[in-house]
Amino acid sequence: MADLFSLLSFGPDGWGDELLAGLGVTVALALVTLPVGLVLGFLLALAKDSGDRALVSASTILTTIFRGLPELLTLFIIYYGGQIALQQLFRLLFDRYIEFSSFTAGVIALSLVFASFASEVFLSAFRGIQSGQYEGSYALGLRPTSTMRLVILPQLIKLALPGLSNLWLILLKDTSLVSVIALNDLLRNTNIAVGVTKEPFFFYAVACLIYLSLSLLSSVGIGSIDRWARRGEGAR
Amino acid sequence: MSVGDVAADDRAYVSEQLIAAQPPPPEARRWSKARIAGLILLGIWTAVAAGLVLFFIREWNPSLLQRYGPRLLHGLLVTIELVGIAVIVGAALACLVGAARLSRNKFIGTFAYAYVYFFRGTPLLAQTFLVYYGAGQFRDSFEAAGLWWFFRDAFNCAALTFTLNTAAYQAEIFQGAIRGVQRGQWEGARALGLSRTVIFFKVIAPQALITALRPLGNEIIFMIKGSAIASVITVYDLMGETRLAFSRSFDFQVYLWAAGLYLILVETLRRFWDAFEARLTRHLKRAEQTPKGKRVVDTQMGA
Repeated sequence: MADLFSLLSFGPDGWGDELLAGLGVTVALALVTLPVGLVLGFLLALAKDSGDRALVSASTILTTIFRGLPELLTLFIIYYGGQIALQQLFRLLFDRYIEFSSFTAGVIALSLVFASFASEVFLSAFRGIQSGQYEGSYALGLRPTSTMRLVILPQLIKLALPGLSNLWLILLKDTSLVSVIALNDLLRNTNIAVGVTKEPFFFYAVACLIYLSLSLLSSVGIGSIDRWARRGEGAR
Repeated sequence: MSVGDVAADDRAYVSEQLIAAQPPPPEARRWSKARIAGLILLGIWTAVAAGLVLFFIREWNPSLLQRYGPRLLHGLLVTIELVGIAVIVGAALACLVGAARLSRNKFIGTFAYAYVYFFRGTPLLAQTFLVYYGAGQFRDSFEAAGLWWFFRDAFNCAALTFTLNTAAYQAEIFQGAIRGVQRGQWEGARALGLSRTVIFFKVIAPQALITALRPLGNEIIFMIKGSAIASVITVYDLMGETRLAFSRSFDFQVYLWAAGLYLILVETLRRFWDAFEARLTRHLKRAEQTPKGKRVVDTQMGA
């Protein structure tokens, strides 16, 4: 047993530093994807809520596709297909060769999936805000952008937080898929460690525990965001 | 000429010359920012669709379809089999875990919570690796126990992992739905002198299942999508066959075929599930909520 744990030490013999580097990539991927997915999801929700037929159907097509496709397939399509399309485009326009990294492909694919689900969360949160809130702020003479920023968004965060935190936990787990397109995230570095040490059960269990502690840490963070979002409700 | 005749003339004039009362004309469709953005985005989608059609016309490869088409369909069957086994066996397991979650026994409750927390908190891919490669490490003990035939096959390992995974999610759905049934239902049934078993199966479960229906449908869809992960441990499901075809032909269109098949599968299930839910909850719909009924009420109010 002591032998097993010595495998986790930092340094040339142990795999601790490799796993930590992988964890860094995993966290970075999730943290880069989150804002992109949130903004895109918010815009998609606005589009679906706009009532304009063309805009609604254009955004519904996007979300239907990325909600229905397996995340792994989305990743492959973006990674291989995006590569092909981008190369064709750059050869045509700039006569240059370009390649995008598996990290970029991961961010694009994961944020498209995240945004598609987040748009549904935002949409139902929008439905939870009474129209009196809009009318009241127009009556106060606020511009639509100010209405959104000062009146609607603070209430929206409160309503959307449970759904969004669920999506964040899903996103954390989905980052593991990029290990299949050769990005050195936590799971891929674990795979490498397993290949060398022939201790699959131990290393995958360690990886699972690391993912678990990530989601535990997230729940703590989400709890404090929730308290911040509800700060106007007074003590209970 | 009597007074009555004039009134009749007037009536004739009113009915013949004046335009009958009509609803107001539809609001003029302005060129708002939303409309312009929508048309541009729809234009992009049209371009993407046209590009796909063009791509398929130019790159259409009958021999590829002949060679890999049947294999992809077979892969689709494997996917359906995998998801079917996982969801059905998982549902049975989920009933046990859900019951344990609701149990008053602290030890059982904590154990069930730990199970659910582990399977919901870790990636399905890592779980699959843990079971498949982890089992290989304990080959000798499994052989001694006579279980090696099961763990040798990647399909079985994937099915086992997916079952355990979906059981955790379904257990949460079930226990949440059962907790969601109001206390009064228990108390009322108790007051009628029903036994606990009868209360559970005849009063609580039917109401809980209605709440559970929608998340359950979502869970099945998640499982279909998640089942693509099995391809990583060499299961030849739809994704596995697709990756094999791509690695041999380097023709990107196989991924698009697979995307189409997955979308059809998921959309079919979603629509079926919506119809299923509508059918099961038809006693909860009220007749006067239909638009037609609403109008009748409105006119009565006006009069």
